Order: sequence, then structure tokens, then C-alpha cells
Amino acid sequence: MSEVRTLVIDGHDVAATADQTVLSAARENGIHIPTLCHLQGLSDIGACRLCMVELEGSPRLVASCVTRVEEGMRVTTVSERLNAYRRRVVEMFFLERNHVCAVCVANGSCELQGAARDLGLDHFELAPLHPEVAVDATHERFVLDQNRCILCSRCVRVCAEVEGAHTWDIQGRGADARLVSDLGTPWGSSTTCTSCGKCVQVCPTGALFEKGRSVAEPKARRPYLPYLVDHSRA
Amino acid sequence: MTPGEDDAPVVPAAGRAPGSAGRVRRHTDPLVPEGPVRVSANVCQAAGCMSMGSDRLFADLKEDVVASGATDVAVRRVGCLGLCSAGPLVEVPEQGRLFEKVGAAGGTSLAELLGSLTGEAPGGREVADDPFFARQVKVVLERSGKVDPEDVEDYVASGGYEALAKAVTMMSPDEVTDEVVRSGLRGRGGAGYPTGLKWRTVAKAPGEGGKYVVCNADEGDPGAFMDRSVLESCPQQVLEGMAIAAYAVGASRGYVYARAEYPLAVKRLQSAIRQAEASGHLGRDILGTRFELHIEVRIGAGAFVCGEETALLASIQGGRGTPRPRPPYPASAGLWGCPTLINNVETFANVPSVISRGSGYLAGTGTERSKGTKVFALTGAVVRTGLIEVPMGLRLRDIVFDIGGGLAPGRRFKAVQTGGPSGGCIPEDLLDMSVDYETLSQAGSIMGSGGMIVMDDTSCMVDVARYFMDFCREESCGKCLPCRVGTQQMYRLLDRMCHGTATMAQLEELEGLAGMVRATSLCGLGQGAPNPVFSTLRYFRDEYLAHVQDHRCPAGVCPMDGTPGAPVPPEGALMAGTGAASTGGAR
Repeated sequence: MSEVRTLVIDGHDVAATADQTVLSAARENGIHIPTLCHLQGLSDIGACRLCMVELEGSPRLVASCVTRVEEGMRVTTVSERLNAYRRRVVEMFFLERNHVCAVCVANGSCELQGAARDLGLDHFELAPLHPEVAVDATHERFVLDQNRCILCSRCVRVCAEVEGAHTWDIQGRGADARLVSDLGTPWGSSTTCTSCGKCVQVCPTGALFEKGRSVAEPKARRPYLPYLVDHSRA
Repeated sequence: MTPGEDDAPVVPAAGRAPGSAGRVRRHTDPLVPEGPVRVSANVCQAAGCMSMGSDRLFADLKEDVVASGATDVAVRRVGCLGLCSAGPLVEVPEQGRLFEKVGAAGGTSLAELLGSLTGEAPGGREVADDPFFARQVKVVLERSGKVDPEDVEDYVASGGYEALAKAVTMMSPDEVTDEVVRSGLRGRGGAGYPTGLKWRTVAKAPGEGGKYVVCNADEGDPGAFMDRSVLESCPQQVLEGMAIAAYAVGASRGYVYARAEYPLAVKRLQSAIRQAEASGHLGRDILGTRFELHIEVRIGAGAFVCGEETALLASIQGGRGTPRPRPPYPASAGLWGCPTLINNVETFANVPSVISRGSGYLAGTGTERSKGTKVFALTGAVVRTGLIEVPMGLRLRDIVFDIGGGLAPGRRFKAVQTGGPSGGCIPEDLLDMSVDYETLSQAGSIMGSGGMIVMDDTSCMVDVARYFMDFCREESCGKCLPCRVGTQQMYRLLDRMCHGTATMAQLEELEGLAGMVRATSLCGLGQGAPNPVFSTLRYFRDEYLAHVQDHRCPAGVCPMDGTPGAPVPPEGALMAGTGAASTGGAR
């Protein structure tokens, strides 16, 4: 058992073990910090930047999912600045690919949509990037729609860390970054995919979905995979 | 790894070119006469001059010297002579003379050079009083242009590996680190982190599983070629610095992470490692002690982000080159979770002189907080471009106008860009500023790794900002959202400005985005990407206003072909290549 640390999050005194992240300490105490790439039980990568918080005495923002608690830390999870940045993050996610909620299987249960709702994002100020991206429906049971992918890599991690197959990975960089199966071959011809469906379950949007579902059908998928545990807490 | 498999001579100098002065074993071998050498022609064999045919010149000159019957003239292969704009360069050190554009149109003819060498008619120009050279102080480039970059014996003959010998036989690891701390050396890769402190952190980190030293040679800033030149000119000096560092921190394995785009540097480095192993300066039982260090070269796959230390380590380990959040810092958990010391090429190249001459040697040059010298790749609109090394604290004006020889006649100075895509543009008002870490960062730029691009009135600052944003959006690894998408969005806004279709609201939007990307990106690439925008807005806001309000490009660079307020038609530039998954880049 690691040592206990006490810190203050949004004015609340909080006790946490030294191996806990600020995010997990906050959630344990009922303090909501929005996230997209984080999923309890998978390794954290700090990529979506939605969970950034302010630390007293530091001009820099930190991603709470990859920041360990420290004694005497004073954390602010909500501020005008943070909210503005978070709205911008969500806006950028929406504009990066082609999200059309009206025809999305995840409509109503989408975490990106949920984040937009929570943050009060009701319009876009930037321009959509409208990339031409592909849909891979070669798999017998599942579909990958790149138009809805936010590159959170939860599927990559669940496949590698839990299923042990490592079918998914990210290829290319920047605007060319794409989720790919088996080094860029069609999902249907993947020799590593076990068709377990974990990737579909952990996808925060409708990028990975089961065939035969229609708009807004898969409701309330949480808590994802019941056997996923937070290793840092185990 | 047999020494003989490389085409560089491993045999001692005396064994070279046996028989008459005219016999040369291989075309890359120097021509050294058996008798005393009266004059030698040092032919630059770094990439800049070689691209202008200096390898051919080297071969031709040897033939001509042999044909002339001269028996006291040596023709040697050396590294970068500095004045790259006047290549191919040949220096005759005994006479202190430099020959420019040898064999090229408008330059020195081969016959002229030969005449000078054989004593008929001295030519070339005096090096000593030339301001390009006179204002420089050489520590890192001490042997650049003097020793054969592919011959360890030449390096040793010039005093090379004395510092390593002193460190491993006469000093304890802690004493070595203390010396580096006292010297005030700071990281030359850009951020200026105190080198000694980094060494001490790694030295103190528990390392049951071993420790590593890594040399970051993934130089990628546009217009920068310092590290390439150092590696092409004197790779042994970098290896010696790494060996001293490894001894100080307790590492026995090392990597040099070099760009694939630097084939000559990689080749010389690999040859240098083999030779140093053969001569007992690397490998097991270094210089007869129990100290060992095995260095390997890892070659990047063309991703700029791999210059970021955590991405670099991921790439060395065979993973996708993307940064990870710090802490843990590489000093405590780097390669395969082991404590890892990462320094830049130039930082390591500073180390031998710190040890052999004592910390005071470096501490005696430079400013209060920026000690020693800095190598810059001086490029752009100056008359003389090339590789220079100046004491920290020199005025920017001295670099541009004395060393660089000012601008072409009729052209007006506009700005100096330092620090590459994470840096900024320094305007004319600040030309008298001192070039050191603090002053540059106060001016909204950074020291960076040493790229220095001079711009005149034919450069449009909005276009410059767009250029660097284009670079960043291309090179973003795509892991974190603000960098991946924010750079694309900023590029679009800048592109609109260059087409004359942006509005004042979009100029404001650009500033807001820049602040957000700086504050929220995961690594230095994203955090620094808005810097060119910030610094051009700070010093050249009038140019932005001209583009946005008057739909006019003062420098006449931007096309300004759009209808104000209308959507930009040429979206093709942004969309190109997004349809197909790329297999290149960071993997």
C-alpha cells in the first residue's frame, strides 16, 4: 500500500494514495473532470487534453489523467479559462472529421456529444476540415468509420493491453493519422483480430460499431467491460 | 565489425600512401608526401561543399599535385570550413589562406590553386583578418576544417581523447560531473537546461538495470545544419563527449539518434565508432581501464517530432515516435525504463574541452547565465552564409553585419528567425540585443538548436508564419488534439490571410487559437508551434493588418487572389494526402 497524500481539489480536502492520479482522486470524491481518451483500466496517455487542470503555483496546465497527486497540491478543475479551452478541444474534435450525429449509431450515447452538452457547446467558430476518410466494413460483424474517429486510441490500448491482440494501431502523423488494423490491411482480413468486440465497446463515439445497428440504437454502454479495473488502484 | 571493412583508413598516418608521394591507395585517401610537408591543401569534405563538387575537386587536386611533381604538398580531407556560401572551399593553413569556389565559375581555378600551392603565385585570401572568421571563437568547431573526419589517428594527434583519458584515469565520476556543473554548460539543443544538473540527476538515479547515454542528432529545424556539420567534421569529438558523460553517470551503453536525411554524417559516425573501438577509445576496457561503453547509431525515419526526447526514446526502442507526458523524465525512466542521459550533439562536443582545459575555459566565455559559445547555421539574406561559432552574448548585429557581411546591396534588413518552428522573428529594433538564452526568450524567440535565418524586405512575415505553421502541421505526430488539429486550423487562418480573404475576427481567432495550442499541447512541438505567430504578431502586426484590412501584401509575396471574406478556394493544399493513410513518418 503506498503512502497517503492530502491535497485540495476545488476547495475540497481530499486524501489519496501516492500512486493515484489527480483525475482518479477527483472522481473518487465526486468531482467531475471531463475526459475522452481516459478509460479506467487502460494505460493513460494524456492525448485528448480535455482533463487539463490548473495547479496553484504553476503557470502550466497539466493533464489530470497523467499527473500523480502530491502532498499539499491545490488543484482547480473548473475555471473560465479551462472551460474555454475544453470547449475549443471538443469543437476541434467535431470539426476534425465528419461527425453527423443525425445518422450516427452513437447518437445519444456518444461521449463527444456528451462533452459538448456538458460544456455548453452549441455552435462552432472554426471551420470544418472535411477530410476524405474511409469506412472499413470488411469485418464480418463490425464497422470502422473513420469519419467519427477522434484518435483517442482507447481501442488500440484495450486490444493490446486487455485482449493482447494488438490488432489496432495509429498510422501516419498529424492530419494523416489514421486508426489501422494489422499495419494497414482491411479489418476483415486481419489475422490478429479475435472479433472479441472490446474495441467496439470502448469507442467513445460511433467510429467502431456493430453491424446491423441503426441510428442511436446502442444506448448506455457504460460501464464498458466490467472486468476492466484501474490497475493503479488494484 | 572488422576495422578494415570501412573505406576510411584505420592504419596509422605513417602507413598511408606507401612508396612515392604519388601513390594513393583509394580515391578518398589523403595525399601525404613522405618527406616534410611545406604546405597542405585542406579540402572541405562536408555536405555543403561536396554538393558543389568538392569530392571531385579533392581527387583532381591530388592528381594535379602529383603531376606537378611537387613532393612537399599534402592534400587533406577535412570537415566544414565554415563559409558554406563560397564553396567548394580549400584552406592552406600554413599560409593562413582560404580559396573560395574552387573550380567553380567565378571562383578560384584549379590552376590558380595549384600555382599557389607550388609557390609560384600565392592566391586566395587572408583568413586572419576576415571578419567572418575574426569574430568567431571556436570550441565546438575547434577541429572542424582541421582534422580528417574519417581518421581517429588524426583526431588523437590533435589532442583528441586526452579529455577522456584524463577523466577515466585521473578523475572520479563525481569530479567529472562537478567540473561540468562548474563550467555552466547548458543544453545546446534549444531549451538550455543546465547540463551538469542533468548529469547529476542521472548519476544519482538508481540504475540496477544499467543506464544509457543518448546523443540527440535528430536536427530538423528548417535552415539548421549545425549538428550535421559537427558530425561530418569531427564525429570523434562527439563520441568523446558521450564517453565522458557515460563515465560520469555510470552508463555502459549509448545511442546516437541521427536523421536518415544525413547520410554522410551517419556514415562518418559509424566509421568513427568502429575506429574508436579499434583504437581502444570505445568498447570494452577503454584506455586500459575497466570502463566500457558501447555506442550504436539509430537512424530516424524522418519525423521531426523524434527530436523531442520522449519520442526519440520511443523510436530507439522500436516504437512509434510519439512523445509521452513527463514526468517521469528520461533521467529517471528513459530507455527501457532505465535512467537515460540525453544531450544534443553540440552539448557533447563541448564536453572534451571542459574536462581537458578545466571548467574555467568555458565559464570564461559568454554571459553571466549563458556560458561558452554557440554554433549557428547562418543562412538567408546575408552575403556570407555558413557555419559559425560565436561567444554567447555577442550582439545580433555583429553576427548579421560583421560575420554575415550584411545584406545584398539595395536590400533592407527585416528580421532574424531563430529557434526554428518553435522560435520567433527578431526585428531590426532589437539588433543590438545580446545573443544568449535569456535575452532571446525575452524577445519572444528561443535560442533553439542554432538555426539563424536572416530575412530582408522581400520576406512577408505573414507568409513566414504560414510557412512555419505548415511545417508544424506536417510534423505534428497526431497524438494530442491541440497540436494535431490546432496547427491545421491556424494554418487555414494564415492561409486565408495570404490570399487576402481573412477578416479581423479571424485575426483575433488566430491569436486565441495560438494561446490555446501553446497552453494545452502535450509536448514542446505543439507548445512551441504558435511561437512564430506570436512573435510576428508582436513585431509585425502592421503586416497582418495590411493583409487583413487592406488586402495587400507589403512585401509582394502573398498571392492575395481571393475575394475578401469569401471562402478560400485552394483548399487542395490542406486536403492533399489526407485520403490515403500514409505509411511514412513517425512509426
